[in-house]
Amino acid sequence: MDIRIASQIARTHLLAKKRQTLVAMLGVTFGIAMFITMISFMQGVNQFLEDSALDASPHIRMYNEVNTQRPSLIQQLKPGQFNVVYHQKPKDEQARIKNGITIAERVEKEAGVLGVSPQVATQAFYNNGPIQLSGTISGVDIERENRLYKLTTRLKSGTINNLKTNPDGLIMGVVLARKLNVQLGDKVSVTTPVGGTRILRVVGTFGFGVGTVDNTKSYANLSTVQEMLQKDPSYITDIHVKMNDPLQALPFGKRLRAMYGYYTEDWATANTAILAGEKIRNVMTFVVSMTLLVVAGFGIYNIMNMTVINKIKDIAILKATGFDGKDIVAIFLLQAVFIGLTGGLLGLFIGFGLSYMLSITPFDAGDFLSIKTFPVIFDGKYYVMGILFGVITTVLAGFFPSRKAAQVDPVSILRG
Amino acid sequence: MSTVLSASHVNKYFYDPEKFQVLKDVTFDVQKGEFLSIVGKSGCGKSTLLYLLSTMDTDYEGQIEMAGTPLKGRNQDFLAQFRNEHLGFVFQFHFLLPEFSALQNVMLPGLKLGKYSEKDVEERAMEKLRLIGMADFARKSASKLSGGQQQRVAIARALINDPTIIMGDEPTGNLDKANTENVFSIFRDLAQKGQTIIAVTHDPDFADGTDRVIEMSDGMIIASHENKVQ
Repeated sequence: MDIRIASQIARTHLLAKKRQTLVAMLGVTFGIAMFITMISFMQGVNQFLEDSALDASPHIRMYNEVNTQRPSLIQQLKPGQFNVVYHQKPKDEQARIKNGITIAERVEKEAGVLGVSPQVATQAFYNNGPIQLSGTISGVDIERENRLYKLTTRLKSGTINNLKTNPDGLIMGVVLARKLNVQLGDKVSVTTPVGGTRILRVVGTFGFGVGTVDNTKSYANLSTVQEMLQKDPSYITDIHVKMNDPLQALPFGKRLRAMYGYYTEDWATANTAILAGEKIRNVMTFVVSMTLLVVAGFGIYNIMNMTVINKIKDIAILKATGFDGKDIVAIFLLQAVFIGLTGGLLGLFIGFGLSYMLSITPFDAGDFLSIKTFPVIFDGKYYVMGILFGVITTVLAGFFPSRKAAQVDPVSILRG
Repeated sequence: MSTVLSASHVNKYFYDPEKFQVLKDVTFDVQKGEFLSIVGKSGCGKSTLLYLLSTMDTDYEGQIEMAGTPLKGRNQDFLAQFRNEHLGFVFQFHFLLPEFSALQNVMLPGLKLGKYSEKDVEERAMEKLRLIGMADFARKSASKLSGGQQQRVAIARALINDPTIIMGDEPTGNLDKANTENVFSIFRDLAQKGQTIIAVTHDPDFADGTDRVIEMSDGMIIASHENKVQ
């Protein structure tokens, strides 16, 4: 088989029917362009949702699960007997992590850990005049928290230094601040469940783009919240951990749990709904893209079939003059590959153009999502995938007509 | 003179619509440089015989040997290669590839053979076209040539690999008188230069001009006579 002659014949065939070639090519182009656009957009959405969820939540959160269910003493001593205890009160168990600061320091030294932030989190009432809103307040070491959540980039007003210099400072979720009608410098009275009330000054507002956070959460200094709860300076309720690789968080969380005996929750568990949505969108993207490519494939199949039927005399004459089955397959397969490759490449360009246009299209997502245009990911992987799919589909679509061509019996054609 | 083709006890059956013997024990030899014509009425099996000799039809009994190579039971790829090297075809309905120029049509089997470089093949193709008087039309698209011109180009294509045998299936069947004479005289010239030619025809004038005529009827050779060389 001489690929050069085959390609010369294939080229002549393609050029002889320019319009047909173009139509077949555009089928592939359209399929690939849509594939690229869809997958870039869908993955962009996935990435955006995952990022916004992951950015606002720790990879691992270690906390002490307060369990009020406990057996009575007599039950422990004489199990299996008929014991009755009236009005048993839950044990006053503290949500603290013992030696929290030490644990945090040790975890921070482990390989693969990006940062650790020990903190005190509690529910709180925010009062500003007649307005009362419930929310949460986290006492943090703002420097460490910043390393985990890049707070500096999330701040809508103020700076994190304000919090460091002001022990009564408060950095408030932007939506919460709006609801309370407070601005930078305003005072808010914060009441904890144990009754401690303190007037704090708003020194900054932040927005993660995640409703549940921006709506309810505020940051204060660790010691401030400890005082409000009337606890000692070693009182820690939560340890937030961020890893360099989010996937590492799953086994690492289990390890921490075994090591320190406190309950750990990883990001995948905390964001199950988002991950499930991501899977569904991925499947949808692939199904739609595949359908487009299969349709394009059928278009090519049809056109190649027609070409073979039109060229049946030529095939017979080529066979009579000494071209064998492999040459004939090569001639027609090359045409299909050319259509697939050029159509596919054109599709990549158009797909890139469409995704780019989508990525600069303004999109108002309101307060809850922190984006201004549609999220689109530009990743070489998708383009490689697109061209591979395109070529594979066209080769498959071209293969069967080519094989049919190779099986043409020259005698029956030439005898007329 | 040496034998370039020998068919011995060739039987051929058609199975559709019912079993029917087309060729009955056909045996003959062809010498090198012979200009042979096979004649007979329609349906006598002369075309069938030619397509057996062409190696394109492999479903037969008996043995066909060409250029010292037994051809029975060979695979398709071998036969394709063999056709490329040893056989040239001229058909009734010219059968050039319409998208290619006359020159490219002639060159294709030569390029396939791969014995010469592309430049040499082109030179040889021009030489063959000159031989049949079509050199002026070399660059013209095959689909723009007249029937007679196409047939002459087809002869040039048959010649490109210096084949052992040229086979023609009614090579003048579709041509007017002037073109028939033209094509015939080309064959005659080639035969004079030692080219072996086998042509199926039912044109008595054509047959009379050949060296030897094999007459067939009902799948059998009923007569074989040599013409006096004019």
